[in-house]
Amino acid sequence: MGILDGKRVLVTGVLTESSFGFHVAKLAQQEGATVVLTGFGRLSLVERIAKRLPEPAPVLELDVQDDEQLASLADRLREHVDGLDGVVHSIAFAPQTALGGSFLEAGFDDVSTAVHVSAYSLKSLTMATLPLMPDGGSVVGMDFDAQVAWPGYDWMGVAKAGLEATSRYLAKYLGERGVRVNLISAGPVKTMAARSIPGFDQFEGVWDARAPLGWDLSDPEPAARGVVALLSDWFPKTTGEVIHVDGGVHAIGA
Amino acid sequence: MASNEEEILTGLAEIVNEITGVPAADVQLDKSFTDDLDIDSLSMIEVVVGAEEKFGVKIPEDEVKNLATVGDAVSYIKNASAEA
Repeated sequence: MGILDGKRVLVTGVLTESSFGFHVAKLAQQEGATVVLTGFGRLSLVERIAKRLPEPAPVLELDVQDDEQLASLADRLREHVDGLDGVVHSIAFAPQTALGGSFLEAGFDDVSTAVHVSAYSLKSLTMATLPLMPDGGSVVGMDFDAQVAWPGYDWMGVAKAGLEATSRYLAKYLGERGVRVNLISAGPVKTMAARSIPGFDQFEGVWDARAPLGWDLSDPEPAARGVVALLSDWFPKTTGEVIHVDGGVHAIGA
Repeated sequence: MASNEEEILTGLAEIVNEITGVPAADVQLDKSFTDDLDIDSLSMIEVVVGAEEKFGVKIPEDEVKNLATVGDAVSYIKNASAEA
């Protein structure tokens, strides 16, 4: 018996074995779910990684900036599953000019891209998959605490603030359809995405020292467990929430 | 299981060619993946994943940045397969 027995879950954002998405997909399968993945850009890499899951999962192409791909997503999903119970949004991107200390110089085109891919896409993905959730479902996104400013995170921090607000509005508008929308605010983990953030290495050691529970930058599983918990039936009246899986750092002043 | 350098180089060159289109003959021990072969970081990750499957070794993502040249990768795979 798993906590996701019989559930059908779409997981985005798998790129390598260090991706949150990979660990979510793996745990979801271990807990009994059927998983479909979407990939972006290097589909051949995502397909190789998908074969490393306990059960090889199908991979659909999805660029969240491509309206045609979003419009066809529900039909493409129906080739693999007859509906969805959960959707995992693990997608973010900012041009290098919008990260790494050039906050004051970044132009709006780059900021716009960051917000489109990293925040607005939670709405686009949710609406694209809504036809497959006639009886409701659970949408879970990946957040990094946007209440404070971080070194080098810059406009991605603004995009995450947008993601947090987007999830609250989705929760408001989709509650009557039984769709819950929540975020996991994870501590820093050395994923491919994190490696591309200049200054990420400044977190090395600091997070572990500040976290009451300690923190391992190389372990995506705690955050993935949080996602799986939110996908399950064990948070039936939780929506519009940000759950911190960060070792407790958000609660500590100094 | 490939264990000598020449076999590993040949296998690696096939993977590089399949993933990036770089001619296998250009994949020589002294070539830098980024500077000489123009392989970006994501293609490099895919090359590494392909190499793991072909040679039955594990190459941690943290290690990838240390594999600057084709020779670095060949030595790493050789050592890793000796330990396996």
